[in-house]
Amino acid sequence: MKTLKALGTLVWVELKLYLRQPSAAFFSLVFPLLLLFMFGSIYGNKPSAFFGGHGMVDVSAPAYIAIIMGSTGLMSISIIVSTYRERGILRRFQATPLRPAAIIDAQVMVNYLMTLAGALVLMAGARLVYHMQFKGTVGAAFLGFTLSTLSFFAIGFVVASVARTSRIAQTLAMILYFPNIFLSGATVPRELFPPAMRTLSKALPMTHVVSLLQGLWRGDPWSKHWVEVAVLGGLLVVGAVVSAKAFRWE
Amino acid sequence: MSTTSAITSAITVNALRKTYGPLTAVDGVGFEVGAGEIFGMVGPNGAGKTTTIECLEGLRRADSGDVRILGLDPRRDGYALRERIGVQLQQSALPDDIKVWEALDLFASYYRKPAPWRPLLEDLGIADKRDARFSKLSGGQKQRLFIALALVNDPELVFLDELTTGLDPHARRAMWNLVRAIRDRGKTVFLTTHYMEEAEQLCDRVLIIDHGRIVALDTPANLVAGLRAETRIIFTASEPGYDPAPLRAVPGVTRVDASGGRVTVSGRGDRLVILVVNALDAQGARFRDLRTEQPSLDDVFMAMTGDEMGEPASSPAPPGPAGPAAPAGGAR
Repeated sequence: MKTLKALGTLVWVELKLYLRQPSAAFFSLVFPLLLLFMFGSIYGNKPSAFFGGHGMVDVSAPAYIAIIMGSTGLMSISIIVSTYRERGILRRFQATPLRPAAIIDAQVMVNYLMTLAGALVLMAGARLVYHMQFKGTVGAAFLGFTLSTLSFFAIGFVVASVARTSRIAQTLAMILYFPNIFLSGATVPRELFPPAMRTLSKALPMTHVVSLLQGLWRGDPWSKHWVEVAVLGGLLVVGAVVSAKAFRWE
Repeated sequence: MSTTSAITSAITVNALRKTYGPLTAVDGVGFEVGAGEIFGMVGPNGAGKTTTIECLEGLRRADSGDVRILGLDPRRDGYALRERIGVQLQQSALPDDIKVWEALDLFASYYRKPAPWRPLLEDLGIADKRDARFSKLSGGQKQRLFIALALVNDPELVFLDELTTGLDPHARRAMWNLVRAIRDRGKTVFLTTHYMEEAEQLCDRVLIIDHGRIVALDTPANLVAGLRAETRIIFTASEPGYDPAPLRAVPGVTRVDASGGRVTVSGRGDRLVILVVNALDAQGARFRDLRTEQPSLDDVFMAMTGDEMGEPASSPAPPGPAGPAAPAGGAR
């Protein structure tokens, strides 16, 4: 009972703190919408053979969700956790009866909520302005979204655990963030990549998020995307184990 | 208000040891702190103060030794213990953008039986900062907030690690009053400090630690008395050519030094000052700026550790005895 109250209060406070950082709120809530309007106003959303009979927005909108996961998972989680450790905030928490798991749980919940909020805002924009087609099921989309989000969070926690300082964590997060958003098809459709780059992009976790979400939005069955599910599920498990083992208060 | 019977001990430590690689930070420390005491631990940087206090708080695992805090073992019963103690860490922070009230509300939610935090804000004089963000607080306000957080569970025992380091003298004195107020609420206070004056003013008993070992443990008054150091009387003679030699005959005086018009009389005895002033009067000597310097905990500290700390002392270390071994509390 008390543990739940502590977790609830912590989530509420962390949510407010998240929204008080202009950059984090911008990259998860506003930036994907800007991308949508920028590319949407250039290309529109007419079905084309190039996108397999879909419109540009139909294909790009789910891909932009992956960018939000990069912002919350790679950037926010790794930077917040490593900063809390470096500045002695975790240590102050450690001097109370709070369980360490509550700190991790709160970060997961807050960043999940923010990712979800960003995705919903983006979907609403794509739907209302460009009449985005969604041929999947809400349940499958939600499951694919959740798996992708959590596996990116796991990467963020690993970064926070292995980086000795918050500066190192920030640098590592950037090094992961930019190739992932630009070379995975999240920003620029992979259909535009030369073949060599398309192969290379398979090494990036975000490529699997983009391909899974685009598939589920098109209404593909899960069986067509078992590779993505396996890669993201594997990342999640390995990341959770590594960061649980490597968690340090100071 | 939870008050513990004064005869029980809040802290019992036996043969505590902690090493970091080749460095022995705490080397067989043992002492006891009674409930309701303000107990101070002083020592130079790296003496083992913070390591000791963190072992007591359960934040650090000792290599060996026995620690009982409020009857609990901090290693085994860490969560249960932290429900009942308050902690102010030497180095810690809160998120920049958290507001004062949010921090108190958050920390209160961590405990089974939190104290109402609004009165704490009043008591600590930061009620007007209720909606201020942590990053906008001054050093003194941050310290007050950390004390409020340490009291938010109405703890029986409060640990304060270097409470006043970095504060200006005014804020430091305000902190002392806060610590006394904490004790007046029936709580036990364990503090570490850099400042001898602080330990002398605040603590019922003081433990001096150096190189991880206890070198003295007693009340400030007994520690100073144990040093058998001399009182100094310093004045400026108003007439040029004043001869201070007759003062050497005053009972208790051991030394008289004069340089220019400045005369320093050293000696022992409760009546030393009266006797010296009477002698001056009898001589018909005119003098001004007379002041006395009593031996302080600073002198004790320097005699024990051969180290200087806090504000530089105004005199060299007295050539006292090699150092009275910890007279009370069963040190080591």
